Amino acid sequence: MDSILNHITNWYGSLSPTSLFCLWALIKIAVVIGVVQGMVSYTVLAERKISAWIQDRTGPNRTAPPFVKDIPVIGPFLIRLGIFQPLADGLKFMFKEDFTPAGVRKIYFFLAPAVAVIPSMLTVAVIPFGSMLGAQKMVIADLNVGILYTFGIVSMGVYGIVLAGYAANSKFPFLGGIRSSAQMISYEISMGLSVIPVLLIVGNLNLGGIINWQADHGWLVIYAPVAFIIFLVASFAETNRTPFDLPEAETELVGGYHTEYGSMKFALFFLAEYSNLVASSGMMVTLFFGGWTLPFWGLDHPAQSLGMGVAHILVFLAKMLFFVVLFIWVRWMFPRFRYDQLMDLGWRRFLPLALVNILVTAIILWMMA
Amino acid sequence: MIVNRKPLTFWERLYLPAIVGGFKVTLKHAYATLIQGKKVTMEYPEQKWAVPADYRGAPYLVKDQEGNTKCVSCQLCEFVCPPKAIRITPPGPTGKPADRTNAEKMPAEFEINMLRCIYCGFCQEVCPEEAIFLQKDYSLVGSNRAEMIYNKEKLLALGGTHGGIQKWKLKLEEAREQESFPVKL
Repeated sequence: MDSILNHITNWYGSLSPTSLFCLWALIKIAVVIGVVQGMVSYTVLAERKISAWIQDRTGPNRTAPPFVKDIPVIGPFLIRLGIFQPLADGLKFMFKEDFTPAGVRKIYFFLAPAVAVIPSMLTVAVIPFGSMLGAQKMVIADLNVGILYTFGIVSMGVYGIVLAGYAANSKFPFLGGIRSSAQMISYEISMGLSVIPVLLIVGNLNLGGIINWQADHGWLVIYAPVAFIIFLVASFAETNRTPFDLPEAETELVGGYHTEYGSMKFALFFLAEYSNLVASSGMMVTLFFGGWTLPFWGLDHPAQSLGMGVAHILVFLAKMLFFVVLFIWVRWMFPRFRYDQLMDLGWRRFLPLALVNILVTAIILWMMA
Repeated sequence: MIVNRKPLTFWERLYLPAIVGGFKVTLKHAYATLIQGKKVTMEYPEQKWAVPADYRGAPYLVKDQEGNTKCVSCQLCEFVCPPKAIRITPPGPTGKPADRTNAEKMPAEFEINMLRCIYCGFCQEVCPEEAIFLQKDYSLVGSNRAEMIYNKEKLLALGGTHGGIQKWKLKLEEAREQESFPVKL
């Protein structure tokens, strides 16, 4: 045992800085993907539970793996909470028949779920989910153009939906795809423009830099509230959540773009949707709510000790959770916007507002300088 | 009918009152469900719906107070049954005599296919002996089709005892009186 440990220590010591960086990057990727997937599955549970409470129901409360029932007090409580429901859901998706309907465009049909899910996972790469843990920065890729990267990747997400609509040989997914493409274009512009005041104020495109600025000057939501509101609404549209869930629109389009999908391919769309939700929550926390910082208990500067590093990660997760719950809550509160109302809001309200916001911010900054 | 749509005020067009209202309504419901436990759903297998007194559930055969089969194998229910769920095998000339002293016969076998039964109540309505009643059961389960065909034994066990008007009781007493002398009636 000791010799193995020695061996590993020696091997670690002998690594060049480049391979060390690769090793840590791989570890971080594995952990982050694992955590995000875990969050996604429990976000689905949270969605079901919260919708149930809002609609005077109980929600999932039956799934019980063997022997859990026998744990006194805690076991039945966890079962009532539905803690094991995501496991059952996942298992169900794995064992379902992977059915391909007749007349689909096979290549695109198989490609679409992958194209949907990959960008949603890539977005989290630049989000700093903590300050430091030991000598490691708690961000997978410390890009200097973090925001540009995010917008580039996020806008790829629409291709999965459009491809699914195009490939499925069915009118409902087709309509869903059409709606999605129009919606994404109109909201991405407002979203991108809404962030520019933030960049003007901070003067840095690096997300870590934005957080450091917020640690020194206070959260950006105070400096750019209008930008935050536009960003919030646009991210509802970007993640296809109610009141902008036109690509899915269960009541009109059966299931929207993923009507013809089943089994694991449907699960991938599901995964993509909720990963997007988690990622945009993370993005909002990073841009407007100070990321991993808290203005008290000395949590506002990069961690020196391991404990503080963990505390920062927990702070970030807690803030993110708040937005995840907000996303879910809003879904069970509002009716869907009509297509023309959606376009009207995107092009005739938010786009001018975002432009004026940029102008006003720029003028104020110029006057102060 | 022409609905007069008032143009929205600026305040209303900001969506803000609607958003606040939405948060209020949903929060109220979540609070009522989560904290006060006022949910509207029922946890089905454990909690069951209390059926109304005149509910028409699955039809079962009933026994009289002495535990005898009331059915006399007249087959009226078999003929009236719209989905042909009932099948009666009469005893025939050599079959077992009826449980009841003054009934001519009783069915050798009485089957109801619960997968076919539509709970219409015609069998109960047509029965001259008040031998079959639609009872309170509404959730019948079985692991195969054969299991869902209920035989006479099972139907009688599920049906229980039902006295009813006992239209032959007086006749029976009269007949018994005739056997002793002097006749009282």
